[in-house]
Amino acid sequence: MRDSNPIQVKVWRGDAAGGAFAEYEVPQQPAQTVLDVITWIQRHADASLSYRFACRVGMCGSCAMMVNGIPRWTCRTHVNKVRRDNRLTIEPLRNLPVIKDLACDMSQFFEKWKRAEGHFNGVASRDQPVAAISPREPARRAASAAIECINCAICYAACDVVAWQPDYLGPAALNRAWSLQNDSRDRRQVERLQAVSSDGGCLQCHSQQGCAAHCPNELNPTASIAGLKRMAGLSFMQKKYREPHA
Amino acid sequence: MLELRLYLAQRISAAIMAPLVLLHLGLMIYAIQGGLSAEEILGRTRGSLFWGGTYGLFVIAVAVHAAIGLRTIMAEWLRLRGPLLSGLSWFFGFALLAAGWRAVVAVIGG
Repeated sequence: MRDSNPIQVKVWRGDAAGGAFAEYEVPQQPAQTVLDVITWIQRHADASLSYRFACRVGMCGSCAMMVNGIPRWTCRTHVNKVRRDNRLTIEPLRNLPVIKDLACDMSQFFEKWKRAEGHFNGVASRDQPVAAISPREPARRAASAAIECINCAICYAACDVVAWQPDYLGPAALNRAWSLQNDSRDRRQVERLQAVSSDGGCLQCHSQQGCAAHCPNELNPTASIAGLKRMAGLSFMQKKYREPHA
Repeated sequence: MLELRLYLAQRISAAIMAPLVLLHLGLMIYAIQGGLSAEEILGRTRGSLFWGGTYGLFVIAVAVHAAIGLRTIMAEWLRLRGPLLSGLSWFFGFALLAAGWRAVVAVIGG
């Protein structure tokens, strides 16, 4: 039976130096999301609450938080699906330093994206014809499977290896690297493969699949990382590992 | 590069161990069915190049595989790094090799 009492919400308040939970009672609304709950608290209970959001429709990847211990995109998470005994506990994302309250410092997440060579390196100019890539090509299909990442860092928060090894690149950066390793127009695949298979790279993954279990876009970074491992191992055994790109 | 070598060494040693574990389990079940005594089993294994080679390979694969696995656990849970991490990994690898080698010698030699 649906409980129409106010939702009991515990929100982590604090900064890098530490903090504690504050409790709020939030009235229920139809089709209420966790982001709606936080917004209600900021507008009606405590205007000093800091949190981050932009699009509200699951595209921008900025509103991820821990909800009852699980990393989720709060704008697309309905309260009815996640409350337990009419209670919600909302914390900043795991594995990232807190700036204030529910807003994390995402710098390391994006730094690792760069360390994993997560940017496209093409050589064709706008005067050249568009590369003809069949949607049925295996590499194109592998890239397509990994491509819909919104950089929300939910996988990064879900990953135990990130918690144990702070220099581990993490699922999102490695997933991005995998999509570029399968892009036939990219010209830095040898360098990228070195970047993602050195210390803190894809070989550290234990395949626990926390990333895949929690990815809101239902991507499977574990599969992408397995692909990178395979690629690195094969290139090593074929003695191509150190060769510069032709 | 070290990480990649270790990764491959662990996968290759796992691939060697998988059939050997099955062989070992199967052999144990088979050997006790007819009520073979320890003496009778040793009579079959002593001086056998096949069993010496099989279990010798098994022991090497275990030492490599376990040492690399323990290295990861020590790095992640104990936050060990550098020479201490390498030193302990080598130590566990050699300790397993020595203990395993002793068992192989006991079964094959004498």
